[in-house]
Amino acid sequence: MKHLLTSLFILAFMGVCVAFTEVSPFGESNRSSEANLDEAPFDIMMKVLTHKRCVNCHPSGNRPRQGEDSHIHNFNVQRGADDHGLAGLQCSTCHQSENNDFSGVPGAPHWGLAPVEMAWAGKTRVEIATQMMDPARNGGKNLDEIVKHLTEDELVGWAWNPGIDHEGKPREPVPVAKDEFTAAVKAWAAAGAVIPEQ
Amino acid sequence: MTTTFTLNGKQVSVDADGNSPLLWVIRDTLDLKGTKFGCGKAACGACTIHVDGKAVRSCSYAVKFAAGKEVTTIEGLSTEENMHPVQQAWMEEIVPQCGYCQPGFMMATAAMLKEIPNPTDEDIDNNIVNVCRCATYYRMRKAIHRAAELQNATTK
Repeated sequence: MKHLLTSLFILAFMGVCVAFTEVSPFGESNRSSEANLDEAPFDIMMKVLTHKRCVNCHPSGNRPRQGEDSHIHNFNVQRGADDHGLAGLQCSTCHQSENNDFSGVPGAPHWGLAPVEMAWAGKTRVEIATQMMDPARNGGKNLDEIVKHLTEDELVGWAWNPGIDHEGKPREPVPVAKDEFTAAVKAWAAAGAVIPEQ
Repeated sequence: MTTTFTLNGKQVSVDADGNSPLLWVIRDTLDLKGTKFGCGKAACGACTIHVDGKAVRSCSYAVKFAAGKEVTTIEGLSTEENMHPVQQAWMEEIVPQCGYCQPGFMMATAAMLKEIPNPTDEDIDNNIVNVCRCATYYRMRKAIHRAAELQNATTK
Protein backbone atom coordinates (compact mmCIF):
# COMPACT_ATOMS: atom_id res chain seq x y z
CA MET A 1 0.00 0.00 0.00
CA LYS A 2 2.81 2.37 0.95
CA HIS A 3 4.57 1.66 -2.32
CA LEU A 4 1.34 2.21 -4.23
CA LEU A 5 0.79 5.63 -2.58
CA THR A 6 4.40 6.59 -3.23
CA SER A 7 4.06 5.61 -6.87
CA LEU A 8 0.83 7.57 -7.22
CA PHE A 9 2.47 10.62 -5.66
CA ILE A 10 5.42 10.43 -8.04
CA LEU A 11 3.12 10.03 -11.04
CA ALA A 12 1.00 12.98 -9.91
CA PHE A 13 4.12 15.11 -9.42
CA MET A 14 5.38 14.19 -12.88
CA GLY A 15 2.02 15.13 -14.34
CA VAL A 16 2.18 18.56 -12.74
CA CYS A 17 5.70 19.02 -14.04
CA VAL A 18 4.61 18.12 -17.57
CA ALA A 19 1.67 20.49 -17.35
CA PHE A 20 3.96 23.35 -16.36
CA THR A 21 6.72 22.65 -18.85
CA GLU A 22 4.63 22.20 -22.00
CA VAL A 23 2.97 25.59 -22.15
CA SER A 24 3.68 28.75 -20.16
CA PRO A 25 0.84 31.00 -18.94
CA PHE A 26 1.58 33.20 -21.94
CA GLY A 27 1.07 30.40 -24.40
CA GLU A 28 4.74 30.27 -25.34
CA SER A 29 6.19 26.91 -26.02
CA ASN A 30 8.39 26.14 -23.05
CA ARG A 31 9.92 22.92 -24.20
CA SER A 32 13.48 21.94 -23.59
CA SER A 33 16.09 24.04 -25.34
CA GLU A 34 17.86 20.84 -26.21
CA ALA A 35 17.13 19.87 -29.78
CA ASN A 36 14.81 16.90 -29.63
CA LEU A 37 15.08 15.07 -32.89
CA ASP A 38 13.46 11.86 -31.79
CA GLU A 39 11.01 12.55 -34.58
CA ALA A 40 12.07 12.76 -38.19
CA PRO A 41 13.38 16.27 -38.94
CA PHE A 42 10.88 16.57 -41.78
CA ASP A 43 8.00 15.86 -39.41
CA ILE A 44 9.22 18.44 -36.92
CA MET A 45 9.72 21.05 -39.65
CA MET A 46 6.29 20.50 -41.14
CA LYS A 47 4.54 20.87 -37.78
CA VAL A 48 5.62 24.49 -38.00
CA LEU A 49 5.07 25.09 -41.69
CA THR A 50 1.52 23.78 -41.59
CA HIS A 51 0.57 25.80 -38.49
CA LYS A 52 -1.91 28.66 -38.81
CA ARG A 53 0.73 31.19 -37.74
CA CYS A 54 2.41 30.44 -41.06
CA VAL A 55 -0.48 29.39 -43.31
CA ASN A 56 -2.69 32.41 -42.52
CA CYS A 57 -0.33 34.52 -44.61
CA HIS A 58 0.39 31.83 -47.19
CA PRO A 59 -3.22 31.84 -48.47
CA SER A 60 -4.30 30.06 -51.59
CA GLY A 61 -6.04 33.16 -52.94
CA ASN A 62 -5.74 36.88 -52.56
CA ARG A 63 -7.27 37.18 -49.11
CA PRO A 64 -5.15 36.64 -46.02
CA ARG A 65 -6.53 34.71 -43.08
CA GLN A 66 -6.29 35.63 -39.43
CA GLY A 67 -6.98 34.34 -35.98
CA GLU A 68 -6.91 30.95 -34.35
CA ASP A 69 -9.77 29.86 -36.61
CA SER A 70 -8.08 31.19 -39.76
CA HIS A 71 -11.05 33.25 -40.79
CA ILE A 72 -10.76 35.56 -43.78
CA HIS A 73 -8.99 38.74 -42.70
CA ASN A 74 -11.45 41.41 -41.61
CA PHE A 75 -11.89 44.70 -43.43
CA ASN A 76 -11.81 43.18 -46.90
CA VAL A 77 -8.03 43.11 -46.78
CA GLN A 78 -6.50 41.90 -50.03
CA ARG A 79 -3.14 40.89 -51.42
CA GLY A 80 -2.51 43.79 -53.79
CA ALA A 81 0.04 43.96 -56.56
CA ASP A 82 3.10 43.59 -54.34
CA ASP A 83 1.69 41.21 -51.70
CA HIS A 84 1.58 44.08 -49.21
CA GLY A 85 -2.01 45.19 -49.63
CA LEU A 86 -3.90 47.52 -51.92
CA ALA A 87 -2.62 50.98 -52.84
CA GLY A 88 -4.75 52.73 -50.25
CA LEU A 89 -4.98 49.94 -47.69
CA GLN A 90 -1.58 48.44 -47.23
CA CYS A 91 -0.52 45.97 -44.57
CA SER A 92 1.50 48.80 -43.02
CA THR A 93 -1.68 50.83 -42.50
CA CYS A 94 -2.14 48.68 -39.40
CA HIS A 95 0.87 46.35 -39.07
CA GLN A 96 4.27 47.69 -38.10
CA SER A 97 7.61 46.01 -37.55
CA GLU A 98 6.73 44.61 -34.13
CA ASN A 99 3.66 43.47 -32.22
CA ASN A 100 1.54 46.24 -30.73
CA ASP A 101 0.33 45.14 -27.33
CA PHE A 102 -1.96 48.15 -26.95
CA SER A 103 -4.11 47.37 -29.97
CA GLY A 104 -3.38 43.67 -30.33
CA VAL A 105 -2.26 44.19 -33.91
CA PRO A 106 0.57 41.80 -34.74
CA GLY A 107 3.71 43.03 -36.44
CA ALA A 108 7.12 41.99 -37.69
CA PRO A 109 9.58 43.28 -40.28
CA HIS A 110 8.32 43.19 -43.90
CA TRP A 111 4.85 42.09 -42.79
CA GLY A 112 2.92 40.90 -45.81
CA LEU A 113 1.64 37.92 -47.71
CA ALA A 114 3.77 35.23 -49.25
CA PRO A 115 3.54 35.49 -53.04
CA VAL A 116 0.65 33.54 -54.49
CA GLU A 117 2.99 30.94 -56.01
CA MET A 118 3.98 30.14 -52.43
CA ALA A 119 0.40 29.41 -51.37
CA TRP A 120 0.27 26.70 -48.72
CA ALA A 121 -3.35 26.79 -47.57
CA GLY A 122 -5.21 23.60 -48.38
CA LYS A 123 -2.10 21.69 -49.39
CA THR A 124 -0.54 18.61 -47.87
CA ARG A 125 2.81 18.84 -46.20
CA VAL A 126 4.39 16.94 -49.08
CA GLU A 127 2.89 19.41 -51.54
CA ILE A 128 4.14 22.31 -49.45
CA ALA A 129 7.65 20.89 -49.19
CA THR A 130 7.79 20.07 -52.89
CA GLN A 131 6.68 23.59 -53.71
CA MET A 132 9.19 25.05 -51.26
CA MET A 133 12.02 23.25 -53.03
CA ASP A 134 10.91 24.35 -56.50
CA PRO A 135 12.86 27.50 -57.52
CA ALA A 136 9.94 28.48 -59.76
CA ARG A 137 7.71 28.63 -56.71
CA ASN A 138 10.11 29.61 -53.92
CA GLY A 139 11.42 32.92 -55.20
CA GLY A 140 14.43 31.31 -56.88
CA LYS A 141 15.98 30.13 -53.64
CA ASN A 142 18.51 27.34 -53.36
CA LEU A 143 18.59 24.99 -50.39
CA ASP A 144 20.95 27.18 -48.33
CA GLU A 145 18.71 30.17 -48.90
CA ILE A 146 15.63 28.19 -47.91
CA VAL A 147 17.31 27.10 -44.69
CA LYS A 148 18.35 30.67 -43.99
CA HIS A 149 14.83 31.93 -44.65
CA LEU A 150 13.22 29.33 -42.42
CA THR A 151 15.65 29.73 -39.56
CA GLU A 152 16.65 33.41 -39.64
CA ASP A 153 13.95 35.49 -41.30
CA GLU A 154 12.38 37.88 -38.79
CA LEU A 155 8.87 37.49 -40.17
CA VAL A 156 9.15 33.71 -39.93
CA GLY A 157 10.48 34.19 -36.41
CA TRP A 158 7.28 36.02 -35.47
CA ALA A 159 5.60 32.61 -35.33
CA TRP A 160 7.39 32.06 -32.00
CA ASN A 161 6.47 35.49 -30.72
CA PRO A 162 2.96 36.11 -32.06
CA GLY A 163 1.88 38.56 -29.35
CA ILE A 164 -1.63 39.11 -28.10
CA ASP A 165 -4.87 39.55 -29.99
CA HIS A 166 -7.41 42.37 -29.83
CA GLU A 167 -8.86 40.89 -26.63
CA GLY A 168 -5.46 40.66 -24.99
CA LYS A 169 -5.34 36.90 -25.35
CA PRO A 170 -2.00 35.36 -26.35
CA ARG A 171 -1.93 34.00 -29.87
CA GLU A 172 -0.95 30.37 -30.13
CA PRO A 173 2.70 30.03 -31.17
CA VAL A 174 3.87 27.30 -33.49
CA PRO A 175 4.05 23.97 -31.66
CA VAL A 176 7.81 23.37 -31.84
CA ALA A 177 10.50 25.27 -29.95
CA LYS A 178 12.58 27.56 -32.14
CA ASP A 179 15.89 25.81 -31.55
CA GLU A 180 14.30 22.44 -32.17
CA PHE A 181 12.84 23.70 -35.43
CA THR A 182 16.16 25.19 -36.50
CA ALA A 183 17.96 21.94 -35.73
CA ALA A 184 15.35 19.95 -37.63
CA VAL A 185 15.51 22.17 -40.71
CA LYS A 186 19.30 21.97 -40.80
CA ALA A 187 19.30 18.23 -40.23
CA TRP A 188 16.72 17.72 -42.97
CA ALA A 189 18.73 19.86 -45.39
CA ALA A 190 22.03 18.18 -44.47
CA ALA A 191 20.50 14.77 -45.16
CA GLY A 192 19.58 15.81 -48.68
CA ALA A 193 16.24 17.56 -48.12
CA VAL A 194 14.39 14.37 -48.85
CA ILE A 195 10.62 14.76 -49.10
CA PRO A 196 8.75 11.61 -48.09
CA GLU A 197 6.05 10.24 -50.34
CA GLN A 198 3.36 11.22 -47.86
CA MET B 1 12.58 58.95 -24.88
CA THR B 2 12.63 61.94 -27.19
CA THR B 3 11.21 61.42 -30.64
CA THR B 4 11.57 64.03 -33.36
CA PHE B 5 9.44 64.10 -36.48
CA THR B 6 7.70 66.54 -38.78
CA LEU B 7 4.08 67.22 -37.96
CA ASN B 8 2.06 69.09 -40.54
CA GLY B 9 5.20 70.67 -41.95
CA LYS B 10 6.81 71.65 -38.66
CA GLN B 11 9.46 69.75 -36.77
CA VAL B 12 8.37 68.64 -33.33
CA SER B 13 10.11 66.75 -30.54
CA VAL B 14 8.16 64.89 -27.91
CA ASP B 15 9.27 63.23 -24.72
CA ALA B 16 7.17 60.10 -24.38
CA ASP B 17 7.46 56.37 -23.95
CA GLY B 18 8.48 55.11 -27.36
CA ASN B 19 5.64 52.61 -27.35
CA SER B 20 2.97 55.26 -26.76
CA PRO B 21 0.43 55.25 -29.55
CA LEU B 22 1.10 58.17 -31.87
CA LEU B 23 -2.61 59.01 -31.61
CA TRP B 24 -2.27 60.00 -27.96
CA VAL B 25 0.93 61.92 -28.54
CA ILE B 26 -0.81 63.92 -31.26
CA ARG B 27 -3.94 64.54 -29.21
CA ASP B 28 -2.62 64.93 -25.67
CA THR B 29 0.98 66.08 -26.03
CA LEU B 30 0.73 68.10 -29.22
CA ASP B 31 -2.88 69.15 -28.59
CA LEU B 32 -4.26 68.47 -32.05
CA LYS B 33 -7.73 67.09 -31.48
CA GLY B 34 -8.81 66.45 -35.07
CA THR B 35 -7.56 62.86 -35.05
CA LYS B 36 -10.09 60.73 -33.20
CA PHE B 37 -9.94 57.70 -30.96
CA GLY B 38 -12.47 55.12 -32.07
CA CYS B 39 -11.70 51.51 -31.24
CA GLY B 40 -8.04 51.52 -30.24
CA LYS B 41 -7.54 48.32 -32.22
CA ALA B 42 -6.80 49.60 -35.72
CA ALA B 43 -10.21 48.42 -36.79
CA CYS B 44 -12.41 51.49 -37.29
CA GLY B 45 -10.02 53.96 -38.90
CA ALA B 46 -11.13 57.05 -36.95
CA CYS B 47 -7.48 57.67 -36.03
CA THR B 48 -6.13 57.52 -39.60
CA ILE B 49 -3.29 59.91 -40.35
CA HIS B 50 -0.51 59.97 -42.93
CA VAL B 51 3.05 58.88 -42.25
CA ASP B 52 5.29 59.70 -45.18
CA GLY B 53 2.14 60.08 -47.24
CA LYS B 54 0.68 56.67 -46.46
CA ALA B 55 -2.45 56.02 -44.41
CA VAL B 56 -1.67 54.73 -40.93
CA ARG B 57 -3.93 53.85 -38.01
CA SER B 58 -2.31 55.98 -35.33
CA CYS B 59 -3.84 54.09 -32.38
CA SER B 60 -1.69 51.14 -33.36
CA TYR B 61 1.45 53.04 -34.33
CA ALA B 62 4.11 53.48 -31.66
CA VAL B 63 5.49 57.00 -31.59
CA LYS B 64 9.05 55.66 -31.86
CA PHE B 65 8.31 54.62 -35.44
CA ALA B 66 7.56 58.24 -36.36
CA ALA B 67 11.16 59.35 -35.76
CA GLY B 68 12.40 61.31 -38.75
CA LYS B 69 9.16 60.90 -40.68
CA GLU B 70 6.58 63.27 -42.11
CA VAL B 71 3.33 63.00 -40.17
CA THR B 72 0.18 64.67 -41.43
CA THR B 73 -3.09 64.97 -39.56
CA ILE B 74 -6.42 66.34 -40.68
CA GLU B 75 -5.25 69.76 -39.48
CA GLY B 76 -2.40 69.66 -41.96
CA LEU B 77 -4.28 68.32 -44.95
CA SER B 78 -5.07 71.75 -46.38
CA THR B 79 -2.74 74.65 -46.96
CA GLU B 80 -3.46 78.13 -45.72
CA GLU B 81 -4.51 79.11 -49.22
CA ASN B 82 -6.41 76.04 -50.36
CA MET B 83 -8.59 73.37 -48.93
CA HIS B 84 -7.63 69.88 -49.91
CA PRO B 85 -9.91 68.50 -52.67
CA VAL B 86 -11.19 65.92 -50.21
CA GLN B 87 -12.23 68.60 -47.74
CA GLN B 88 -13.87 70.64 -50.48
CA ALA B 89 -15.76 67.63 -51.78
CA TRP B 90 -16.86 66.67 -48.27
CA MET B 91 -18.39 70.11 -47.87
CA GLU B 92 -20.04 70.07 -51.29
CA GLU B 93 -21.66 66.71 -50.66
CA ILE B 94 -22.54 67.57 -47.03
CA VAL B 95 -21.11 64.24 -45.96
CA PRO B 96 -20.88 64.30 -42.15
CA GLN B 97 -23.72 63.51 -39.83
CA CYS B 98 -22.25 63.39 -36.33
CA GLY B 99 -18.82 63.89 -37.90
CA TYR B 100 -16.74 61.95 -35.42
CA CYS B 101 -15.25 59.46 -37.85
CA GLN B 102 -14.91 61.84 -40.78
CA PRO B 103 -11.30 63.00 -40.24
CA GLY B 104 -10.20 59.39 -40.50
CA PHE B 105 -12.23 58.84 -43.64
CA MET B 106 -10.86 61.99 -45.22
CA MET B 107 -7.27 61.06 -44.46
CA ALA B 108 -7.81 57.55 -45.82
CA THR B 109 -9.40 59.03 -48.94
CA ALA B 110 -6.61 61.53 -49.48
CA ALA B 111 -4.03 58.74 -49.22
CA MET B 112 -5.94 56.58 -51.66
CA LEU B 113 -6.33 59.38 -54.22
CA LYS B 114 -2.56 59.81 -54.34
CA GLU B 115 -2.25 56.25 -55.54
CA ILE B 116 -5.55 55.84 -57.36
CA PRO B 117 -6.48 59.23 -58.87
CA ASN B 118 -9.67 57.93 -60.51
CA PRO B 119 -11.10 55.32 -58.18
CA THR B 120 -13.97 53.12 -59.22
CA ASP B 121 -16.69 52.13 -56.79
CA GLU B 122 -14.83 48.86 -56.35
CA ASP B 123 -11.60 50.72 -55.54
CA ILE B 124 -13.48 52.71 -52.93
CA ASP B 125 -15.02 49.58 -51.43
CA ASN B 126 -11.65 47.85 -51.26
CA ASN B 127 -9.49 50.70 -50.02
CA ILE B 128 -11.74 52.75 -47.76
CA VAL B 129 -12.76 50.34 -45.04
CA ASN B 130 -13.23 52.73 -42.14
CA VAL B 131 -16.38 52.52 -40.06
CA CYS B 132 -19.11 55.17 -39.81
CA ARG B 133 -21.90 54.49 -37.32
CA CYS B 134 -24.06 57.16 -38.97
CA ALA B 135 -23.70 55.16 -42.18
CA THR B 136 -22.77 58.12 -44.35
CA TYR B 137 -21.15 55.75 -46.82
CA TYR B 138 -23.43 56.73 -49.69
CA ARG B 139 -22.56 60.41 -49.39
CA MET B 140 -18.91 59.58 -48.88
CA ARG B 141 -18.83 57.59 -52.10
CA LYS B 142 -20.15 60.60 -53.98
CA ALA B 143 -17.68 62.87 -52.22
CA ILE B 144 -14.76 60.61 -53.04
CA HIS B 145 -15.63 60.69 -56.73
CA ARG B 146 -16.03 64.46 -56.49
CA ALA B 147 -12.70 64.81 -54.72
CA ALA B 148 -11.06 62.87 -57.52
CA GLU B 149 -12.54 65.29 -60.05
CA LEU B 150 -11.32 68.28 -58.07
CA GLN B 151 -7.87 66.80 -57.58
CA ASN B 152 -7.50 65.92 -61.23
CA ALA B 153 -8.68 69.40 -62.26
CA THR B 154 -6.04 71.05 -60.11
CA THR B 155 -3.22 68.79 -61.24
CA LYS B 156 -3.87 69.20 -64.99
